[in-house]
Amino acid sequence: MLKILKYSFYDLIRSRWSYVYFLFYLALGFVLLFLNNDVSKAVITLMNVIIILIPLIGTIFGVMYYYNSREFTELLLAQPIKRSSIFMGQYFGVAGSLTLSLVLGLGIPFLLYGLLRSDAIFDFSLLLVTGAFLTFIFVGLSFVIAISNENKIKGFGYAVLLWLFLAVVYDGLFLMSLIMFEEYPLDTFSLVATALNPIDLSRILILLKLDISALLGYTGAIFKKFFGTDLGFLISMAILLLWTILPLLGLRYKAKRKDF
Amino acid sequence: MTIAINNLHKRFGKNQVLKGVDLSIDEGHIYAILGPNGSGKTTLIKSILGMVIPDKGSITVLDRTIKKDWKYRKKIDYLPQIANFPPNIKVKELINMIKDLRNSPSAEKELIELFGLGPFLDKKLSTLSGGTKQKVNIVLTFMFDSPLIILDEPTTGLDPKALIRLKELIQKEKAQGKTILITTHIMQFVEEMADEILYLLEGEIYFKGSIKKLMEQTKQTNFEHAIAAITTSDSHA
Repeated sequence: MLKILKYSFYDLIRSRWSYVYFLFYLALGFVLLFLNNDVSKAVITLMNVIIILIPLIGTIFGVMYYYNSREFTELLLAQPIKRSSIFMGQYFGVAGSLTLSLVLGLGIPFLLYGLLRSDAIFDFSLLLVTGAFLTFIFVGLSFVIAISNENKIKGFGYAVLLWLFLAVVYDGLFLMSLIMFEEYPLDTFSLVATALNPIDLSRILILLKLDISALLGYTGAIFKKFFGTDLGFLISMAILLLWTILPLLGLRYKAKRKDF
Repeated sequence: MTIAINNLHKRFGKNQVLKGVDLSIDEGHIYAILGPNGSGKTTLIKSILGMVIPDKGSITVLDRTIKKDWKYRKKIDYLPQIANFPPNIKVKELINMIKDLRNSPSAEKELIELFGLGPFLDKKLSTLSGGTKQKVNIVLTFMFDSPLIILDEPTTGLDPKALIRLKELIQKEKAQGKTILITTHIMQFVEEMADEILYLLEGEIYFKGSIKKLMEQTKQTNFEHAIAAITTSDSHA
């Protein structure tokens, strides 16, 4: 698996798109820092960008890479390599190179600005960790979609729809159900509903760590009570981890049964 | 016995491609797998390689059941039908990559010289012509020393000189006691190379035997006509 990972990773970091992605974060980091002049505020703005953008880029890169490397995959399948290693290697190659772009692209401007001397270092690391989680989750989901669909257009369509659902539609449905059932106690419901969507979960996690949960009103208080504690934090991390592992299991399952 | 196949079934959607193939392949011979388009030749080969997962039946390669195994592929050199290579890497890089992945001794230098690929080593695969790609494909297949060689349409796009080299190469491998499976539509190539014919029709082995046996059964003097006549005479094996 490590050899496949190595080749996929090299292949990707040599590609133009990885540089574009890296330079985008680099520019974003510098611009935000010098416009805001405040690490904490920059982290909040970054969060808003990252929470939507990372899943989108992860989804599109994942699907694109899978379909573009189909020929290479077929070549590898005839070699003495375990099937699941081929797909796992490619998955980690894509997710790893995207995460590297993210960490370097945002890390460099923040380090130059003097992150180490600021007390926002924990918030910032949390931002990068959730960013990495989201990258792995969405690359995994897009791989599962791509391997299940021979048709490129269909695969792309489903992947983008999934992103749209989790990033936009889910929140709308969530909000609507809150309004519809406002006469009922909704604490548990909103907690569970948030935890089920990795994008929402990441957003809440960062917001709470930034101590601006007062902005969230009544629900904010409940969230703070749950996610704000160490136990809540651990549980949310565990859920993110679960979100990362589930697509991988799906990928393994599909890879074992597919004909090429 | 190199390969033993038992009651192999495979269906793609509504299309039942293999309908109970029984087959045994012995060591040290060249087998030609023939049959009309869509008769299941490639599916059969891909099942042996584990790229297609059969619905029913069993396959044994070199006395090992291949189900859920992948190490047996170390003993197989496979030439895929259409040389689909990743476009953005150089010929040299591709050869090195496959060498690295297989991690066994290889003799690519002589083969590169044999097919005159020297000038192309630093070119990207997307810039190569079909015939040159096929030569790269051949180098990748023959550079390892495995007891079983599977060639899917090896002659595609080759010029006469390369074709002669390929034939010599196949004969040399056979002389070393290797088992070779070939699919092709070029009957002259089959007549020259093959010891045994396997004729697939509608997902079953319709005929298995030597060229001589085929000629006798179909009462033809010309090999090409014998193949064409195979389905009309009652020579069901």
